[in-house]
Amino acid sequence: MKKAGGRDVGRLQLPFRVAFHISMQSVRIRFWRSVITAAGTVLGIAFLVSVLTAMMIQQNSGAITDPSEKYRMTWLVIMSLLVCLVGITNAMLMSVTERYKEIGTMKCLGAYDIFIVELFFIESALVGFIASVIGWFLGVFAVVLIKLFSEGFKVFSWISPGEVFLYLIYSILIGTLLSVIATIIPAQVAARMPAAAALRVEV
Amino acid sequence: MAVQPQTNQTVATGTEYIVRCKDVVKEYMMGTQVVRALNGVTLDIVRGEYLSIMGPSGSGKSTLFNMIGGLDKPTSGSVFINDVDMAQLDAQELAFLRCRTIGYIFQTFNLIPVMTALENVMLPMIFGGLSTDEAIDRGIELLKLVGLGERLHHKPSELSGGQQQRVAIARALANNPQIILADEPTGNLDLRTGKEIIELLRQLNKEQGVTIISATHDLKMIDVSDRIVWIRDGRIDRVEERSAIEVHVGEVEGTPG
Repeated sequence: MKKAGGRDVGRLQLPFRVAFHISMQSVRIRFWRSVITAAGTVLGIAFLVSVLTAMMIQQNSGAITDPSEKYRMTWLVIMSLLVCLVGITNAMLMSVTERYKEIGTMKCLGAYDIFIVELFFIESALVGFIASVIGWFLGVFAVVLIKLFSEGFKVFSWISPGEVFLYLIYSILIGTLLSVIATIIPAQVAARMPAAAALRVEV
Repeated sequence: MAVQPQTNQTVATGTEYIVRCKDVVKEYMMGTQVVRALNGVTLDIVRGEYLSIMGPSGSGKSTLFNMIGGLDKPTSGSVFINDVDMAQLDAQELAFLRCRTIGYIFQTFNLIPVMTALENVMLPMIFGGLSTDEAIDRGIELLKLVGLGERLHHKPSELSGGQQQRVAIARALANNPQIILADEPTGNLDLRTGKEIIELLRQLNKEQGVTIISATHDLKMIDVSDRIVWIRDGRIDRVEERSAIEVHVGEVEGTPG
């Protein structure tokens, strides 16, 4: 995505550093919109991590696990992630519609379609990353709290920190990827927005 | 209305046309019906002139404006900017033209809300390949030129309408464009601020020699325009030189829209 090097005549550029800055500001300024987009990822990842943590605790406690249970849970996790994918796409599409004027203006200033796609991808990756970390924390926290009430303090001996940390890596990978995939369609819609959209005035 | 008698001989270089429209026709599909927004418009715009396009809403004024600005393509006929046929340009060449040759000013200012005044002005320069330092220097210079040297780091939401429009003008000037396209630049401003903006545009037109093309309802524009093109029903109704215009102001005041 970085095009900083070659400055060939007739080509326009959006350095990654600038794109990142714009996307970051965009997330900050439209905080509540970003929260709605993030909520999908947070919940999906929280569910995934809670299932993983619960299975780990059960295994380490020596209880016998039903193998069919594992399939059922995998199925549920996949379904929940799909639902959250659709949720993010929906929130991002609304966000694109809200920003038609901004996108049109960028195009009037010379932005290529790909710049717009880039901005939306960076933004969704950022939101996805933060949401994944929050989701991971919530998932682990919720399961540990529930087990603490049902099993008492011995629960802590059944938790392997290495594994929990590994879940964080999974969460970030899956959550960020999910968020970016969910943005493919909205980013395309945004990129196809004509420059003339900048002139539209709501009556 | 303070009329400054001023002829534009200094910038006009005779036959040099910056924009030429030849028999421009634009049709839109409205459901199954074809609506003809422009019905054969031929118009040559002289380099360095201040041209206003006037006409009621629905007259085809905005459509013509979009054609000249490279924002839309005609159904038939052609638009040349600097003798280049716009229809021949691909998406990237169009983007380049928008970035380097044309500066846009909008009725609703259209600053990027997430960026400061300075960052807004810098964006077209960054697109154009300037380094951040160069862009900062030129951005500050331009904001000083439009009288906003003190508000470099304000967000658009922290600026008044007039100030936002000044930032937008600085942004339009970022890459030293040959043309500034202003779509109702005073439409969202009060009378006094609108007048200031018009004066600023006129000043830039005179000092920098940039061609200004403005679509407007605002009769204050008449004072400063070199020529006024009246559009009606998708055709050029009449073209007036400024010297001949004062007489018509009273009669025009009642035009709808």
